[in-house]
Amino acid sequence: MLEIRWHSRAGQGAVTGAKGLADVVSTTGKHVQAFAFYGSAKRGAAMTAYNRIDDKVILNHEKFMSPDYVLVIDPALVYVADITANEKENTTYIITTHLSTEELIASQPKLAGKKVYTVDCIKISQETIGKAIPNTPMLGALMKVSGMYDMEFFKENMARVLKKLPQKIIDANMIAIQRAYDEVK
Amino acid sequence: MADTFELRDIEVWDGNMAASHALRQAQVDVVAAYPITPSTPIVENYANFKANGYIDGEFVMTESEHGAMSCCIGAAAAGGRVATATSSQGFALMVETLYSASGMRIPIVLNVVNRAIGAPLNVNGDHSDMYMGRDSGWIQIDCYNPQNVYDMNLIAFRVSEDHDVRLPAMVHQDGFMTSHTAQGVKTLSDEVAYNFVGEYKPMNDMLDLDHPVTHGVQTEEDWHFEHKARQQHALMTAVIPKIQAAFDDFEKLTGRKYNIVETYNMDDAEVAVVCMGTSVETAEEVSNELRAQGIKAGVVGIRVFRPFPLEQIAAALKDVKAIAALDRSSPHGTVGALFNELSGALFNTDTKAVMTNYIYGLGGRDLTKAHLVEIYNDLKANADAGKPTTPLQQYIGLRGPKLSFF
Repeated sequence: MLEIRWHSRAGQGAVTGAKGLADVVSTTGKHVQAFAFYGSAKRGAAMTAYNRIDDKVILNHEKFMSPDYVLVIDPALVYVADITANEKENTTYIITTHLSTEELIASQPKLAGKKVYTVDCIKISQETIGKAIPNTPMLGALMKVSGMYDMEFFKENMARVLKKLPQKIIDANMIAIQRAYDEVK
Repeated sequence: MADTFELRDIEVWDGNMAASHALRQAQVDVVAAYPITPSTPIVENYANFKANGYIDGEFVMTESEHGAMSCCIGAAAAGGRVATATSSQGFALMVETLYSASGMRIPIVLNVVNRAIGAPLNVNGDHSDMYMGRDSGWIQIDCYNPQNVYDMNLIAFRVSEDHDVRLPAMVHQDGFMTSHTAQGVKTLSDEVAYNFVGEYKPMNDMLDLDHPVTHGVQTEEDWHFEHKARQQHALMTAVIPKIQAAFDDFEKLTGRKYNIVETYNMDDAEVAVVCMGTSVETAEEVSNELRAQGIKAGVVGIRVFRPFPLEQIAAALKDVKAIAALDRSSPHGTVGALFNELSGALFNTDTKAVMTNYIYGLGGRDLTKAHLVEIYNDLKANADAGKPTTPLQQYIGLRGPKLSFF
């Protein structure tokens, strides 16, 4: 079982990102789950979304999770949300920030000694898609760090997931995914 | 003529989307709805399908849930296939009309996305609304995941509209835990799904002007009791065999096997958890883990909550030594409803099982695997002692001092 927790603000697309990832993974024959904690969420409120991926049917519906990956798509949540909650020894963090990994850890010491990768999904999405929707670039970064799927396979399937959007938005998303893949450190 | 919706063999859908597609494929004549969290996306998706040409039927936005169900009753009495969706306070506002629908023997499929009932206001999933409906005369079928939601909707139309049944049916799913959790759902093509549901054959329809009928009449002490007895007779005798027949046909069509009472690891189980909704599957996973440690743990899931399958439940639990009834609704003043139902099912049998009650998960509080391990450990102690080693009713997952009664 592979488990992923997203930290996001409502409106940044974590739910869409988690569902998009689940959709792509499902095409490979694996079993998937994608869900989120909403509450009466307002746009901008901190929230979390989740993925479970397994070779077997997923029976577990508990919300509790000790994640293998933590994806943070809003830079400020590193400081105001409990992004290390229920972590495992080898939990991997991929964090959206304009800082370098060293600068980020210096600014948030509880990340010291952990597997931390950084990428500026906000800047990438602003420069490619035209607004701060950091969900799809984060998936590009996850593909690089996890080695989960070949990039061409992933992009092809994400294009299908996004097929209801205008073509130029789909194209911009593909560029954003590739840039995050190339730029994550 | 509505367009065909091309589906992949496996779609990644949440429970709401699964319900929306099932309603679309059933070619419902009238959906009248008033949206409420967490069921809103069911009718939102449905309206979207309608706007994009995938649905021929009518979609009516009403002024309230009371109006929505009233409109459904009118449309169904007129002779149409009818469905809607609601949750929580909206369900509560529908209650008066729910009794009208069942008393008038009107087939309707109502998707209930289970949610807490305030106060305090809470949008998350528990079974308060499902429990509120249990004396309303409706068939109540429960789902544990989005696949179940898709399948049970198709089955619900078949059963509800059967001329020997003619009773409305609720299809329940857990708010957010199923309704907003995307999982793989094996689909049927529009044609195969519709053929399984079958063409709607109205009975006593008001638009059949050659055979005028009256619906919703007044009966006082002269006839009311006889009407209610007939309604109960249909619910108690006709429904379970029809659901079983629909399950059998569905298995032939899809390979997916459903049972009136779902059992898991029960063949040699000594201790059993009985519950509903997503908790059933989490308990299944925990029972597997406990079996690896030598505890003979099993799970019984209620698939059909109304009519309550007394005989099937008693058969499933006849050999266990300790049972936990898990209720996701506050019983306010007594033991949990499921505890009472199970007691009623087992009381005149030979079982000597120890039975206890757990209240859990109110307002969406997480039921963790660790909680379930705790419950099974209590049950093991009860089984070994041959009597309860805990209070009869305990609260699980509650913060603060331990709370228990009796």
